[in-house]
Amino acid sequence: MSYLLVSEPERRLIPSSGVRGPVPLLIAIMTFVMVVVAAAGLALANTASVVRSGVEHRYSIQIVDGAARAPAAIAAARAAPGVALVEQVPEEDLRRTLERWLGPAGAEADLPIPAIIDVALRPGADPATVKSAVERAVPGARFIAHRASLEPLLEALTGLTRLAFGLVLLIALASAAAVVLAARAALDTHRATIEVMHGIGATDRQVARLFVRQIALDALLGGVAGAAVAGFIIALILGGAGLAATLAGAPLLGWSDALLLALLPILVALLATLVARAALLRALNDRL
Amino acid sequence: MTGTIVEFDRVGLRYGTGAEVLRDLEFRLAQGAFYFLTGPSGAGKTSLLKLLYLAQRPTRGRMTLFGEELTGAPREALPAFRRRIGVVFQDFRLIRHLSAFDNVALPLRIGGASEEEVEGPVREMLAWVGLADRASARPPTLSGGEQQRVAIARAVIGRPELLIADEPTGNVDAAMAERILHLLTAMNRLGTTVIVATHDLGLVAATPGAQLVRLEKGVLVDPTGALKHPPGAPPRAGEARR
Repeated sequence: MSYLLVSEPERRLIPSSGVRGPVPLLIAIMTFVMVVVAAAGLALANTASVVRSGVEHRYSIQIVDGAARAPAAIAAARAAPGVALVEQVPEEDLRRTLERWLGPAGAEADLPIPAIIDVALRPGADPATVKSAVERAVPGARFIAHRASLEPLLEALTGLTRLAFGLVLLIALASAAAVVLAARAALDTHRATIEVMHGIGATDRQVARLFVRQIALDALLGGVAGAAVAGFIIALILGGAGLAATLAGAPLLGWSDALLLALLPILVALLATLVARAALLRALNDRL
Repeated sequence: MTGTIVEFDRVGLRYGTGAEVLRDLEFRLAQGAFYFLTGPSGAGKTSLLKLLYLAQRPTRGRMTLFGEELTGAPREALPAFRRRIGVVFQDFRLIRHLSAFDNVALPLRIGGASEEEVEGPVREMLAWVGLADRASARPPTLSGGEQQRVAIARAVIGRPELLIADEPTGNVDAAMAERILHLLTAMNRLGTTVIVATHDLGLVAATPGAQLVRLEKGVLVDPTGALKHPPGAPPRAGEARR
């Protein structure tokens, strides 16, 4: 923290124009990309969570060509422990669904369709018990977890979320590398001043302090600007994504997500400060 | 003169993989004395001064400053020693974007002095070097002699124990050279050990009591013997005064 407290005479030693360079713009761009990618990652994570919770404890009993055996399966399921809901999907609904894929042929009465029974279990119920009860009552019936059907989608969402957060880390690393280069360039620009200071007895910490404060301010300025632009664009996108939010059953980004995104420029500035301090002390240590 | 402030023991210096620019330097400098370092161009005067103001480390031998062996001293230990040394560089090395006041105040601020502690001494020092009315001027607007005096003021503001000046009169006229020499001898009278590298033998002649250290081709030439055993410093064990 003492690195950020620099007196007015100390500030005069290193004119701010000598440190600034492209750092604020670079950090602004990096933060913009970081916030957008992080928002996408959070939205994907939220969507996956909504989808996962929607199918959690939901199962289907499928009886191929056996609509007549459906009542037995329903009875067996209702009798099993931990079952909250058992409901057969009406045949009309199934035919309507088939019609979307097969056209008018899907609605023909002679097309055999399976009986589908939706089952919801209470939290903590053992699906294996229900499955064996149903299979005992109706041999050949299939007891299918909804989650199993959606697993590829959930895996894809999880993968994309991880990719987004990985990209955020990569951008953070790239920002850190840019700060290191900026810090070294600033040292080179002010080599003469630093040599005089060292010659007079300044410690590396005293020299580094002059640059760290400016780099921290530049990073904060760039970070806030980049995050503000990103926030505006995200707000526009979310405004047009009302349908997606409705389908998902929850907003794509919550308040906690917004808070996390708002913290990103501060984290970027903090990272820049720590990286600049380490890079400066390391570079100064290479001199006598 | 109460003791030894600098001691070199078979010190050598080379830059990179080049030939040694200083070889087997062995001498002691007495505290409170006034020394002139002379020698032809390329003799190694500036290199020797760099060793003295800790801008370079010897590549071999042993160097003792203020009674502390510094050859293997950690880098973090050097700033404290540098604060006890004042340096007047040949090219002044003033910070161009700072005022004369800020340039002179730099050693005090680096030493941790508050602004209240800086104001008075810096004004006093600028008056001492005759630049009281140029306090807010920046180096590019000062003449060579004025810059030289700002550099001297900066070197002595912290009351250094050792004052090193590299060709302090090289860029000024005779009157200014005399004035600068007066400033240096005044510091010496206050107890500061002064080492001045110069080509100007007139300067040497004008400084009674000063001793001569002569370098040629990186080795010490010591016809008087005063260098190895300056007045006040006893001969080392096993050595006889020549």
